[in-house]
Amino acid sequence: MGVKNVISHISIIAWKDLMELFRNKMALFMLVLMPIFMMAMAGFIFPSNTSMSNVPVALANEDEGYGNSSMSSIFINALERINNSTEMMVLTDASSFDEVRDMIQRDDVEGGIVITRNFTSDLMTGEQGSIIIVTDQSNPQLSIALWTDLNAVFEQMGTVLAQQKVEPFLSQMDNATNSLAVVKPYHVETKGAIPGTFNYFDFMAPGLMAMTVMMSVMTGLPAAISHEREVGTLDGMMVAPIRRLGIILGKTLAQTVRGLLQGTLILILAIALFGVNIQGSILLIFALLFLGVFSFVGLGVVITSFAKDQETAMMMMTTLMFPMLFLSGVFFPIQQMPWYMQNISKALPLTYAITALRKVMVLGADLSAISLEVTVLIGFGTVMTLIALPVFRKAMTR
Amino acid sequence: MRVRHQSSNEGEKKNMHAIEANNLTKRFGNLVAVDHVSFSVEEGEIFGLLGPNGAGKTTIIRMLSTLTRPTEGTASVGDYDVVKEDGKVRELIGLVSEKIILYDRLTAKENLRFFGRLYNIPGELLNKKIDELLRLVKLTKWKNSQVGTFSTGMRQRMNVIRAMLNMPAVLFLDEPTLGLDPQSSVEIREFIRKINRENKVTIILTTHMMVEADMLCDRIGIIDYGKIVALDTSTNLKKLVSGADSTILELEVPNLTTDTIHSIQSLKCVSSVSQNNSTRIKVNANGEDAFDTIIDAIRANKRKIISVKNLEPTLEDVFLQITGHEVRDKADQKIKMKMHRHHMTKPRVR
Repeated sequence: MGVKNVISHISIIAWKDLMELFRNKMALFMLVLMPIFMMAMAGFIFPSNTSMSNVPVALANEDEGYGNSSMSSIFINALERINNSTEMMVLTDASSFDEVRDMIQRDDVEGGIVITRNFTSDLMTGEQGSIIIVTDQSNPQLSIALWTDLNAVFEQMGTVLAQQKVEPFLSQMDNATNSLAVVKPYHVETKGAIPGTFNYFDFMAPGLMAMTVMMSVMTGLPAAISHEREVGTLDGMMVAPIRRLGIILGKTLAQTVRGLLQGTLILILAIALFGVNIQGSILLIFALLFLGVFSFVGLGVVITSFAKDQETAMMMMTTLMFPMLFLSGVFFPIQQMPWYMQNISKALPLTYAITALRKVMVLGADLSAISLEVTVLIGFGTVMTLIALPVFRKAMTR
Repeated sequence: MRVRHQSSNEGEKKNMHAIEANNLTKRFGNLVAVDHVSFSVEEGEIFGLLGPNGAGKTTIIRMLSTLTRPTEGTASVGDYDVVKEDGKVRELIGLVSEKIILYDRLTAKENLRFFGRLYNIPGELLNKKIDELLRLVKLTKWKNSQVGTFSTGMRQRMNVIRAMLNMPAVLFLDEPTLGLDPQSSVEIREFIRKINRENKVTIILTTHMMVEADMLCDRIGIIDYGKIVALDTSTNLKKLVSGADSTILELEVPNLTTDTIHSIQSLKCVSSVSQNNSTRIKVNANGEDAFDTIIDAIRANKRKIISVKNLEPTLEDVFLQITGHEVRDKADQKIKMKMHRHHMTKPRVR
């Protein structure tokens, strides 16, 4: 039995599995639907900076003014002008702090801005004016976003006010210093490693691709093998004079093709519908997905060997898959996790697959930049496959 | 061509066995599924393993076809050890297992091509072979239909020719007619006989159907609780029953009551009584006076005897005689009366 025979067996078994899949219309439909759902989920439910719009916010002006002047009206004008351009908030008038609180409790608004009673007089008499941002603690995500955005607005307005105040003094001095440079000696600018603005899909797409392909192999392989064992068709292959390796690799090839089809679909959706920019080489992306599959096959086969039937195999897979998905940084950056979770995360091959994929897709990294990840994936895959083969052979001749 | 590794220098061994099993044993935890079974099958023979479900027939087949490793003992197929030379064994054998080995979503032709390519049969030869086999079981018309749409009979015919693709020297058939209607069963049996005769294929088949074993097999091994309890030709096995001065009577007695049956059963000469329907009973008995004693007992119960038939022993009687219980899945439908004269057996749920 030469290598040629093994390859021929691998391809015929893969052909058979794919044929079965493509004739199963419902499964095929789900195969296409799953990535679309995944992409839509990831894209629409997760918070992103640009998605905050039309949040109802109450505005209470308690300011009593100072003499004839009222700084609060200038402030409100400025706020409305900024809001008109960003359409971030829908402002509702309220009379007092208490009313704002009531409105939040009734869920009429998501937050409030209160200009305090002595706002103008404080400013006029050289004190600091104060503004209160009222947040809805039952919705922390939104509160934080609102707080961040309003802070930026107030900061900007504060700067403008300060500029107005220092201008008269500056004009008396000899050297014409920029008033902005006095109140704010430096300014901070954010610039990405690659040109263009950051898109949340850019972060999600590599993770989703890696996840879908791995999931396809991890759940597909045990399911396919244990299903065949249950209905008895596996015996047909086992009594044929073919290598056990051929059976595993044939089945894996079929599942890999399935997973890559889904991965490609995600990639196309991400580019066409969600405006994701691919910075690196497409070839390298697919090579990485393939490598990811390789690193997972061994684990899948070991599980197949231990599971007596399809149901057990599926349960074992799901139990393993779920923590892996959350720990490997598909949805949340690993750096946000506590240190001990980060350590677990570093032991998972999926983490490396996703990190590498993200580097290539988002940052346009080349092979040398992801050599660590590639090494880990190859190492993990080789070790698992070496463990898996004898385990599988033994399990099949129980 | 098959090469036997031992034959070259020693010359042909006295008897070429297609299959040889020595103390073959398989344990699953505490359960002994196959218990030190030894037998051999000659080339060109149809050998039957007869026994109730759970007797260990399938496990024997699985061990011989390299699918399960024996816990103890050895076995060889065509002189190749089933454990050490499993690759060689696999080239020699075909397997029709209880579960149908076909893919529903593939067409008849695609299925056969898939399995044919696993045996590295070259494309053109394979196509010829497939057409020939499909014609043989009259499925040519449906060669491009998906197997999932086939009837049970058609599927089983497909299943058998699938195992014939590689021209096996030894064909294993595990309950080949299970769940088939009588007509399909006959077709399959005829096909089995045909390939045995025309292609000189050694066949080892398992069945729980006495009639099937009787019709097809040159020799039959009766297996019960993982042990072969008798092994011989059908004729010789039956002599075990008729040779001893045994009598098998079928009596038609109206108004049968349990009392009557009990009184017959309690007779010393009677080994077993089974009720076929409300008026018909079958009595197995031994001894010269058995006939008279039974008739007397029924009369003593004031029952009328409408007819008495003196039956030829069947394999069923042989099984009953040897094991002391019936080969029936639905044994509870019968009144089971055992006289543990020959064999002590533990009660077991079937």
